[in-house]
Amino acid sequence: MIGGLAIGFVTPWLLAALVILPVLWLILRAIPPAPVKRLFPGVVLLLGLTDDDTVTDRTPWWLLVLRMLAVAAVIIGLAGPLLNPQEREDGQGPLLVLLDASWASASDWDARRAMVEALLEEAARDGRVVAVQRLSAPEELRFAQADVWTSRMAGVLPMAWEADAATHETFVAGLGEQAFDTIWLSDGLERGGREAVLSALQARGDVRVVQTGRGALALAPPTYEDGKVLLTAKRTQAALEREITVQAIGLDPAGTERVLAALPITFEAGSAQAETALSLPSELRARVTRFEIAGVRSAGAVSLSDDSLRRREVALIAGREDREGLQLLSPLHYLRQALVETADVLEGALTDVLPANPDVIVLADVAVLSEGETAAMLEWLDQGGLLLRFAGPRLAASEVSRTEEDPLLPVRLRAGGRSVGGAMSWGEPKSLAPFDVDSPFYGLSVPDEVTVTAQVVAQPDPTLADRVIAELSDGTPLVTRKAVGQGQVVLVHVTANAQWSALPLSGLFVQMLDRLAVLSATGADAEERMAGTTWQPVKVLDGFGRLEDGQTLAGVTGEAMLEAPLSMDLRPGLYRDGDRLLALNVLRAEDDLQPVRWPADVPVEGLRGAVTTDLSGYFLAAALILLAVDVLASLAVSGRLWGARVAAVVLAGLALPQEILAQEVFADHAQEVVLGHIVTGNRGVDDTALAGLRGLGMVLNFRTSVEPAAPVSVDLESDELAFFPLLYWPITPDQPTPSREAYAKLNTYLRSGGMILFDTRDGDVAGFGTSSPNGRKLQSLATGLDIPPLDPVPSDHVLTRTFYLLQDFPGRYLSRDVWVEAAPPDAEQIEGMPFRNLNDGVTPVVIGGNDWAAAWARDAMGNTMYPVGRGRSGERQREIAYRFGVNLVMHVLTGNYKSDQVHVPALLDRLGQ
Amino acid sequence: MSSVAHLRARAEAEAARLPPLLAQAEHLAGTVLLGEHGRRRAGMGDDFWQYRPVQPGDSLRMIDWRRSAKSDAQFVRQREWQVAQSVMLWVDAAPSMQFASGKDGVRKGERARLLALAVAILLIRSGERVGLTGTLLPPRRGEGQILRLTEMFLQEDGGDYGTPETKAMLPHARALFVSDFMGDFEAFSQALTKAADRGVRGVCYQVLDPAEEDFPYRGRAVFESMGGTLSHETKKADDLRQRYVEKLAERRERLRDLCRVTGWRYGTHHTGDSAQAALLWLHRALENRG
Repeated sequence: MIGGLAIGFVTPWLLAALVILPVLWLILRAIPPAPVKRLFPGVVLLLGLTDDDTVTDRTPWWLLVLRMLAVAAVIIGLAGPLLNPQEREDGQGPLLVLLDASWASASDWDARRAMVEALLEEAARDGRVVAVQRLSAPEELRFAQADVWTSRMAGVLPMAWEADAATHETFVAGLGEQAFDTIWLSDGLERGGREAVLSALQARGDVRVVQTGRGALALAPPTYEDGKVLLTAKRTQAALEREITVQAIGLDPAGTERVLAALPITFEAGSAQAETALSLPSELRARVTRFEIAGVRSAGAVSLSDDSLRRREVALIAGREDREGLQLLSPLHYLRQALVETADVLEGALTDVLPANPDVIVLADVAVLSEGETAAMLEWLDQGGLLLRFAGPRLAASEVSRTEEDPLLPVRLRAGGRSVGGAMSWGEPKSLAPFDVDSPFYGLSVPDEVTVTAQVVAQPDPTLADRVIAELSDGTPLVTRKAVGQGQVVLVHVTANAQWSALPLSGLFVQMLDRLAVLSATGADAEERMAGTTWQPVKVLDGFGRLEDGQTLAGVTGEAMLEAPLSMDLRPGLYRDGDRLLALNVLRAEDDLQPVRWPADVPVEGLRGAVTTDLSGYFLAAALILLAVDVLASLAVSGRLWGARVAAVVLAGLALPQEILAQEVFADHAQEVVLGHIVTGNRGVDDTALAGLRGLGMVLNFRTSVEPAAPVSVDLESDELAFFPLLYWPITPDQPTPSREAYAKLNTYLRSGGMILFDTRDGDVAGFGTSSPNGRKLQSLATGLDIPPLDPVPSDHVLTRTFYLLQDFPGRYLSRDVWVEAAPPDAEQIEGMPFRNLNDGVTPVVIGGNDWAAAWARDAMGNTMYPVGRGRSGERQREIAYRFGVNLVMHVLTGNYKSDQVHVPALLDRLGQ
Repeated sequence: MSSVAHLRARAEAEAARLPPLLAQAEHLAGTVLLGEHGRRRAGMGDDFWQYRPVQPGDSLRMIDWRRSAKSDAQFVRQREWQVAQSVMLWVDAAPSMQFASGKDGVRKGERARLLALAVAILLIRSGERVGLTGTLLPPRRGEGQILRLTEMFLQEDGGDYGTPETKAMLPHARALFVSDFMGDFEAFSQALTKAADRGVRGVCYQVLDPAEEDFPYRGRAVFESMGGTLSHETKKADDLRQRYVEKLAERRERLRDLCRVTGWRYGTHHTGDSAQAALLWLHRALENRG
């Protein structure tokens, strides 16, 4: 150690090299940075000029200090500095490193492992043999060389459970007679059997205990009360006030796991327990899969949620209740009473209830469902619904499922049912037979007072035996069940009220509903509910609180789930039995965390302060950084930093992505009117389109105040469309259909005032009603576009008079089929006016097939590229085509300005009227 | 034995260098002739003198096609030759002219030679007598003189900075001095005054490298002259820039003054600029007989 700093050196004699630093100072001081030699004829003029700064030739002192520091850092780094060097401890003989390795030690497992590794290293230096043991999963005690254990440390992980008394006994039994010293890394929790272990270890040698001062923190299972989720956190260190955050984690609607809610829990000073209530909408609550203490990596900090947080939705539907019945005779009364505590009850007509997709539908004495209701019900059943039906007078009297099994009943029914033990019949009322092993009710005890006086009777069928899940003492089926799709239909052969049997009056009724997963899980009378069940692990927690697949593990009995301590065979996690899901958490509701009390003769030390850090890497890195700074500083002193800066800037410039260039190119388009055409992929068509727009641009330039820049080919997938007032889209049968993003872009473009001129280029072959390959392609392309209703251009459309007065819109072909957005239906022609008042909206599309681009096309010299028509009439047609183009561009740029009635007199004048 | 072979090899190497410079100069001169042609201005010797048969060395443009079409042979139409001027050239061949900034820069000396030779071609084509100052190559006419001039231009001087040779100056001749004028100003001043005393008028053409104009150096540097005789060290070259530029301007002003006093013309050219513009200026300046 050196001074107050806990720094030691591996090779301290290397520090002697620091003596050379002053020598180095003198040497470095004398050498100025070398000047650049330049040949320069103008030196004649320089002669006699002196420098303004009279800096000495010597290296600046700060540069020297920098270099000294670098050299010193190298020397110190090579000397191998250690922070907190370990005091050598005297120890001989075997060493046992004992880890509690429970969930409570998972949160600072890295520190524990580092500690164990340090101990192993030390043992290796001392030549001691070592054994590493986990109390939570004891193995045969084997002492081996320390490096053997070092290589195995990666596999030594904390368990999600803690050692119980039995495990402690096993461990003590396996200790043997050998003498050894022990270092016990405790998790700080008191548990039965620890004293026995301690005394056994003390009998064999010295025992040292290492434990953290932070204490354990755990989350109890959430409970549901009054519409709120109650969360309870417990801790061992009760002294100070502490606030932790609990997160509710579950799947969001997209199926990804995320934090659905987070809320703080505050431990009062001196209290080992803290509670908070979390109010969540039931939809959200149903999605919560677990609660976690944020920032604590331990199985104890995770509390899995199961069905107990889910409120099942149960729809109760009775037959017609038109009579003025007494409430206790209502077929739904007992059901309502049984369910209202634990489930959300829906009541209403079947057609109203089904869209809410309840978990369970209860039909009490409902005989006939309409055909539509049956179909809807079957569909709901296919998706996993549970249909629970109760018999009753109406079902008994109906013809349902008499000769043929009804799809919504598990069995065929005999006419009339039967009644036993009544005033007018023989025999005693029948009681229930004990439940069969295969029955979901297995394990429930049958009280004697449950008797049945009347029931509907199932007809014997080959399938009947499989479908009975409860029967009377004489073997008559009482509850039958069949699977429909993923769901099931259950028929209770008695009424849901006390009319036919005493079943609804008994506690068994509720338990049976629970077993059928009608009820939401609750903690009440857990033992009876769990009796006779077997639970299959679905997901289990590891020591760090991560969920692992548990499907390969063996099932657990219901009793063990309730009482047995957690162990290798009963891991915390999610268990399933049929439709029921149960969470087994590290901390049970009634458990408390007890801090361990060590006897006074056992030395207890903390985990911290024992870690040795090798500092040489830091020193060498610092030396490198200093040298890098020295390079820059030397360049700066000799005035050559500028070149380095330029190089850096150039490199950075080269690294810039090319896309920015493309963006800039298109940003240029924003400054001028640019016509664009959509790239079809057909070279010839694209070239013609570009040449056509060029020709149109020339004409616009000559005749109008619109002076468009050179036209541009637009790739729908990659280019921004917003800069183009008009897009020309020639159609080829084989052009690719734009992607969804491109369609979105196009629709935005159309909605924000852009115009697309579609040209099928087949005006000579296609007319009204006929379709060409190009026309069909246009239809398929346009399906994704937001195109309003279309009309052929009406003779008073503004397109006919935006610049020139036109009635035809020829291109290379002379077809009149040009379509634009339809006029609003209420556009009326006013008497005496030549035009209707169509004041709103530029048509977003113009669709035609006249191959305008070919008529407009001009090469770079301004010569037309394609013939139009014959002779002078052809040239006239080309002229009209140009005029159409001019009108179109004017229409796009000026909107419906020419539609304004202000211009009517002038237009009338020109029209010679 | 070996000296003969050696001489031969050197001669061939020299000869190989000759055509590029000559061709470059011819090419440059050609652009000026073309440009002047369209102006239809009366030059020296407007009057017809004679037709003479074409000789080797005459360019095609000199052939009078109208006359030639009347017979089988080609003829050159010669105009009346009026009093020819003698023009004396001095091109600085000192090492300082070897300077070029940057890797691809043109050396000052190269540009100076090129311009001088191109001017010589133009002058000889228009019938003047052209030679070098000093006694090595007195002014003569004819195509052969161009070759001799080329040969002379390819020789280089020793020392660091050049001074004009003013021996054997023909009275009332014209002269062209091409240099960077970085050398001893007094020596130059004497030479120019001496020439002016003899009635020689002419042009001082200063060829500079862009780096000499801008002084784009930074940081710590030792500047050396091309011959290595002078050197200057500085800590911060960028600080010197302003003062350097001022001194350059001052020297230029002195040159200009000297030229004005002696009736000479003064021009500046940077090797970064086009040679053609420089040639045009030179041609005009030399024609402008005062």
